[in-house]
Amino acid sequence: MFLTARARMAIRILAFIGLAFLYLPLGIVVMNAFNTSQTFEFPPPGFTTKWWNIAADDQGARDGLIASLKAGLGATAIALVLGTMAAFAVQRYKFFGRSTISFLVVLPIALPGIVTGIALKNAFTEVLAIDFSIWTIIIGHATFCVVIVFNNVQARLRRTGSSLEQASADLGATGWQTFRYVTFPQLRGALLAGALLAFGLSFDEIVVTNFTAPADVQTLPLWIFGNLFRPNQAPIVNVVAAVLIVVAVVPVWIAQKLTDDAAGSRF
Amino acid sequence: MSDAPPAGRKTGRRGGVSAFFASKRRLRLGLLLAPPMTWLVVVYLGSIVAMFVSAFWTVDSFTENVVHQFSTVNFHTVFTEPLYRKIALRTLGIALAVTAIDVLVAFPLAFYMSVVASRRLRNLLVVAVLTPLWASYLVKAFAWRTLFAPDGPIGWVTGGHGPDYGKATLVVTLAYMWLPYMVIPIYAGFERMPKSLFEASADLGAGAVRTVRAIVLPLVFPAIAAGSIFTFSLTLGDYIAVGIVGGKTQLIANVISEDVVLNQPLAATVALIPLVAIVLYLVAMRRTGALENV
Repeated sequence: MFLTARARMAIRILAFIGLAFLYLPLGIVVMNAFNTSQTFEFPPPGFTTKWWNIAADDQGARDGLIASLKAGLGATAIALVLGTMAAFAVQRYKFFGRSTISFLVVLPIALPGIVTGIALKNAFTEVLAIDFSIWTIIIGHATFCVVIVFNNVQARLRRTGSSLEQASADLGATGWQTFRYVTFPQLRGALLAGALLAFGLSFDEIVVTNFTAPADVQTLPLWIFGNLFRPNQAPIVNVVAAVLIVVAVVPVWIAQKLTDDAAGSRF
Repeated sequence: MSDAPPAGRKTGRRGGVSAFFASKRRLRLGLLLAPPMTWLVVVYLGSIVAMFVSAFWTVDSFTENVVHQFSTVNFHTVFTEPLYRKIALRTLGIALAVTAIDVLVAFPLAFYMSVVASRRLRNLLVVAVLTPLWASYLVKAFAWRTLFAPDGPIGWVTGGHGPDYGKATLVVTLAYMWLPYMVIPIYAGFERMPKSLFEASADLGAGAVRTVRAIVLPLVFPAIAAGSIFTFSLTLGDYIAVGIVGGKTQLIANVISEDVVLNQPLAATVALIPLVAIVLYLVAMRRTGALENV
């Protein structure tokens, strides 16, 4: 090891500060979910679980959760199909404009959300003249979820190579059999990880949603945003926030187990 | 090696297979590409192009309807109104500050994860860095709002001398929210780097600082560039966190989101500023190999 003991200690301390920076605000949110003070006084004057009971019965939060699940599932399904197809094309074929496709897939997530939001809103209202619905939300979300599945599948295809598929074809398997028994089992982990990450991205999205949602549909982020500044609702928002923080560990952990390269694949 | 395979049959079969693939290959590529490209080119690029076109439209000041007639009046407004330049420059400054803070915090953390930590701890740390990314965006902005609140923790620690909601709180909050987007590419960059380079550098007499400057930085630069695409793009597109912790501060996306209600074509014109900025940035970054690190 080229680092002196002192250098290692310095790096350890800096890394610890970085981690503390990441978790301090989240800890505050979880703590405030039990804060008796409605304005989240610090230090808390007392602790209570009453906000949790109120939040569990909140109709707006429940509707938001259902709308977010619908949008997330729809967008993930579309992203899985489109992302996998694009990844196969780029990894298994050589053709003119291949690098342009990678660029094009990254673009919806690389461009600021507000640009995508305004562009889709304009297309829906001024060009296509269609009304906003859960489907316009799904279309918006799917557009930037494709890249997540694409990156996951592409990384896996690159690593596995095509020799097993060639062997399968040489042994007389049909294209479908090769896909069903050779390619798909190799991809399963990457597909699941990609789906989880895409769903998470959709579930949390607010900027594009804000421009493509009808007045009567509120996803969970839209509901949170709408209630954030209402003093009576703030403790309930805080409980929902605390739940979201704790639940967030699950998909990350699963995705990490499924792929060695999950680290680089959030994007 | 006398027992050669029954060559005739086998090669005949293989020839058949590859002939089959050769004839259908183009077709299959076409079928694979058609749906994703239709979506990305027609739905996405189509919308972007339509937005570009709509930037040349105007709004009838009387009926508030969009007039589909070519006019450069929006561009004239954006280029001559000093407010737009001021806000664009402010947004750029905030994006730079946020990116700089993120690099400074992410670099030692990623270095620790990849080089110093044990394998077990490393995997735990990757999960630890990714988890906040999954906690809702609004929750995080809201968390900083409560942290910076007058009777919140920071006010309590500083005895009421914490910063008011404004540029400083905004920079901290945005840097916080985009930090994992910087840590992960840098970490991946370290992971790709052969660790023997560190030993070689040390064996050749370089100290830790020199090794970082001469070996580590040049090699992880594409990773830092990849992370900066996110910190830049996300800052340029943010108006919600700005509203939550930024006080009266306005960034370019706030202007767009306000314009869109009354004057959608003007909003489209202003939206071209972050669009062009990011596309130029992407094209520049492409040369550094950053896009492969995204």
